[in-house]
Amino acid sequence: MMETYALELIQSGKRIDKREFLQFRNAEIKENVIATAEGSAYVKLGNTQVIAGVKMNVGTPFADTPNEGVFSVSAEFTPLASEEFESGPPGEDAVELARIVDRGIRESKTIEMGKLVITPGEKVWSVFVDIHIIDNQGNLLNAAALAALTALLNTRIPKLDTEGKVLRGDYERKLPVVHKPITVSVCKVGDKLFLDPTKEEESVLDSKLSIAVMEDDTICAMQKQGNKGIEFAMLESMIDIAIEKSKELRKLVK
Amino acid sequence: MGKKTDSELIIDGIRLDKRLPDQTREIKMKVGNIVSANGSAEVAFGNTTALASVHGPRPLFPKHLQESQTGILRVRYNMAPFSVTDRKSPGPDRRSVEISKVTRLALEPSLFLDDYPKVTVDGFVEIIQADGSTRVTGINALSLALASAGIPMTSLVSACSVGKINGTLIVDLNGMEDNNSESDVAVAMMPDKDIVTLLQMDGMLTKEELLHLLGLAKKTCGKIYEMQKNALLEKYRGEE
Repeated sequence: MMETYALELIQSGKRIDKREFLQFRNAEIKENVIATAEGSAYVKLGNTQVIAGVKMNVGTPFADTPNEGVFSVSAEFTPLASEEFESGPPGEDAVELARIVDRGIRESKTIEMGKLVITPGEKVWSVFVDIHIIDNQGNLLNAAALAALTALLNTRIPKLDTEGKVLRGDYERKLPVVHKPITVSVCKVGDKLFLDPTKEEESVLDSKLSIAVMEDDTICAMQKQGNKGIEFAMLESMIDIAIEKSKELRKLVK
Repeated sequence: MGKKTDSELIIDGIRLDKRLPDQTREIKMKVGNIVSANGSAEVAFGNTTALASVHGPRPLFPKHLQESQTGILRVRYNMAPFSVTDRKSPGPDRRSVEISKVTRLALEPSLFLDDYPKVTVDGFVEIIQADGSTRVTGINALSLALASAGIPMTSLVSACSVGKINGTLIVDLNGMEDNNSESDVAVAMMPDKDIVTLLQMDGMLTKEELLHLLGLAKKTCGKIYEMQKNALLEKYRGEE
């Protein structure tokens, strides 16, 4: 019912919560919310809530990148967050979300992976970002990307003892994070474009294009989502909207 | 087939496999090679080979997965363990889960599944030899397989990869180019409608470069579309 109403409103140029089409909901970002993690962030975007935690482990580098750290993003759509989420291994939506967040950070070279080497070719730092969905009220991806970036920005690398064991709670330096890529999902219903969908709006949109943008407007990752196609001629305006909005969202990240 | 390399991938405008920047590899298409399936196709882009088959429309169980108003499309993208230089352990990984999803979303807009309430159309893509651009090769094959299974569609879906190597914008990345690219973009379109159904990009591009690549992708998808139509005609002309 609410979904049909949300759709009719969009088609008539309005939104279910009276926002402008290109307006985000109020965003609240808290840093260092998890004492047991090396870095963390809580993001509340409207009523959507997400926590990202970073754990730093000592691991072995990949064979083709012996002198770089390892980076990995996972997401859990926990059953507490939505009646649609079920327990069990990550489903395709959780896997897709994690991989989009991963690419936005990896491809932009946001973390200086070369500075995460402990013993070249043998021991490096592995950066694990885990995204936990607490409440799904739409636009999980943009909230998750903000949470992951904020968590990385406050991540500290633990000290190692003389035998190379990680000393939890004792820190050596900050994680070298040098960029702030921002992911903006541009949503489409017919010829209407809008941002930051609520859960109702999300269930009726035709398609969306999620775009990760750097400080200098370079685009570092992109993914089309949703069940319908996008007219080729509309792509440029969607890219423009994402570039413009990324500047505003970046100001929220300290 | 494509490892990391420090050497130049494009010299004087010619790629390592002698191609021009906007040139695809040799493309081969064959429809109806798997008799056990309702529809099937094989598509090769150079050394990348994808097999696709379609089973259905067929009843969907368990029943709670059924949609009363429409049929559904399910897609599995899978790479054979022997398709890559270092054996890939069998079964789904995170990458193939995501590619299965985006492949489904790339093809769904082309189908009239409303005609088949409560049933499923199951599409399977097997990459038997991988040398870059496997997801787009799989989409080309699966769209042909769906057509040959007689699933009503508004258009074929045609797909290709584009990207940037050593500062040059190129079409149809092979494995070596993919692993060493500054950026790669996967695009699927319904070329006769100018509708984009798959768009994935990673790496760094300015907006201008991105728009240029999208233009190259559109042109290339148009060519692939003609080849797909010919592959279907080839198959069914023979049967009359």
